[in-house]
Amino acid sequence: MATPTEDLRDIAPTREVVLDLHRRMVRIRRFEESAGKLVESGDMPGFLHLYVGQEAVAAGVMSALRDDDQITSTHRGHGHAIAKGAEFRPMFAELYGKTTGYCKGRGGSMHIVDMSRGMLGANAIVGGGIPIAVGAAFASYYRGEDTVAVPFFGDGATNIGAFHESANMAAVWDLPMVLVCENNGYAEFTPQSKHMKLENIADRAASYGMPGVIVDGMDALAVRAVALEAVERARNGGGPTLIEAKTYRYFDHQGIKGMRIQYRDPAEVEAWQSRDAIRLIETVGVVEGLATAEDFAQIWAETEAEITDAIEFARNSPDPDPADMLADVYTV
Amino acid sequence: MSRQLTYVKAFNEGMHQIMAEDPDVFLIGEDVAGYGGVFHMFDGLLTEFGPRRVKDTPISEQAIIGLGVGAAARGLRPVCDLMFMDFIGVAMDQIFNQAAKMKYMFGGAVSMPLTITTAGGAGMSAAAQHSQSLEAWLAHVPGLKVAMPASPYDAKGLIVSAVRDDNPVIVVLNKKMLGMKGEVPEELYSVPLGVANVVTEGSDVTIVAIGRMVIEATKAAASLAEQGISVEVIDPRCVQPLDIGTITDSVRKTNRVLIVHEAVEFGGIGAEISSQIQEDAFDYLDAPVARLAAPFAPVPYAPILENAYVPDAARIEASVRRLLERR
Repeated sequence: MATPTEDLRDIAPTREVVLDLHRRMVRIRRFEESAGKLVESGDMPGFLHLYVGQEAVAAGVMSALRDDDQITSTHRGHGHAIAKGAEFRPMFAELYGKTTGYCKGRGGSMHIVDMSRGMLGANAIVGGGIPIAVGAAFASYYRGEDTVAVPFFGDGATNIGAFHESANMAAVWDLPMVLVCENNGYAEFTPQSKHMKLENIADRAASYGMPGVIVDGMDALAVRAVALEAVERARNGGGPTLIEAKTYRYFDHQGIKGMRIQYRDPAEVEAWQSRDAIRLIETVGVVEGLATAEDFAQIWAETEAEITDAIEFARNSPDPDPADMLADVYTV
Repeated sequence: MSRQLTYVKAFNEGMHQIMAEDPDVFLIGEDVAGYGGVFHMFDGLLTEFGPRRVKDTPISEQAIIGLGVGAAARGLRPVCDLMFMDFIGVAMDQIFNQAAKMKYMFGGAVSMPLTITTAGGAGMSAAAQHSQSLEAWLAHVPGLKVAMPASPYDAKGLIVSAVRDDNPVIVVLNKKMLGMKGEVPEELYSVPLGVANVVTEGSDVTIVAIGRMVIEATKAAASLAEQGISVEVIDPRCVQPLDIGTITDSVRKTNRVLIVHEAVEFGGIGAEISSQIQEDAFDYLDAPVARLAAPFAPVPYAPILENAYVPDAARIEASVRRLLERR
């Protein structure tokens, strides 16, 4: 059964934590909004699954991880990469398909990887990254390391076999994993009520013999609190936890332009946006006397400068050479 | 007298020796530890290397391969067993979307030293879901290597190369060859991936045979030799990478070629080999490239049907005779 987490919400935040979470979230939001506009304007190729609205999940979980902990991500993966510490320059360069990108222009939006920061890759197959995280956790067990692996996935992915197989295997072997389900209410365009009987995905944890926790995915401090507990448990040999973060994406499944057909009630979108994660932490920070409006404004400004620099860098970076097409297929 | 081992014992010895050589190698799969694998491919490994390195898994093929992908991305050398090749469909996303593509789509940032072992092939009345030869599926996906040992010597040498390789390699053993004996050196050795074996040299016709068909082709060649027909049998050993050079060199010498595999003929690896031969050695051909393979049907159960389904030495011999009659 899902475990209430209200008590953990009482953990007093510090100024350092508030500003850290804020910076992670602002960096995600500005990256995503900028990338969306660049694709919309035709300046950048490909298509984008934007993370805007869900920032509190990536920020909260990643602030509970160490640099050497591992994550796997999804088609909506920019936020995870940024919150784990990925840099804007190689991210924008990858989206532009340039050699200076994280994947040298081979992967694009859906395959950002940064092994140096434990980001084992975004994954364009729904649920595809979950078994890989089992392997990352197994490597920790095998080597006797105390690192933890965290697969991120959506509500839709919990209906795919890879999720069930992975959750069961992680549980039966007590692997150091924290499974983070970002329940944004929709599997592409299909609402949760039409793709599963359950209201709470955390309830699925019971069938694997692991704890399931529900958390407000618009509250980065709350996400951080449940993640800290689950990560500590995993790191100390207590096995995996399933965290369900209830959240919402502001933009469409793909792209920034909006909806081809009305599949979400505008009142629903508005209700979630009224609980915006970034505005929430700014309010909490000021009300609790931990930070000032100027502190937050500075983070927005610094992020903006970083975005401008990175886009410029990406645009001016060299294109890949088609003569190198066959490199890295496999080594002979 | 050189030492003789069965195909499965040779493979098993290779596993023991490669695991002893490299502490980063581990084995997971269904019933690979306590039971030693349903074909006894992994006998004794649990006892020698312990439960950390040899693990039985739930029946979860996606998670088995996915675990291998994640562990390989972190630098370990997993051996993931899929028991029957037919089960590969359950795990296919992790094989062809994840393992095969990671190195390339991540711009070389990740190596994928993953080995997948499985057993394919018909001839045991195991029917449609336990008898297939699906190597052409795998060979079609850039990033995967596919080895199909056709002798005890190669069963050991190819598993050693596969585990040492920095790419995903699928080693397809043949169920019907498990008890076949052959010469196998005791020491650790490797057979390189992508280098064909000229099994018998000849001058009149080339047979390119895949997997167990190498045995049938060799029998046919011996019979034809008694009738004064000189056959060169080539075992590519791997269908990816494919050693087309050794094949076309042979065709330039014999001017006639038959390709034999027990996978379905349509879209099988024989089609690719045939195409490459005519592109590279068209002027040397005295007859069209011939194929002998399974008909376009699932593998049937009844022995009389299955025997008619899988090529054998007699039909290979007949095909060679027809090929030689072409002027």
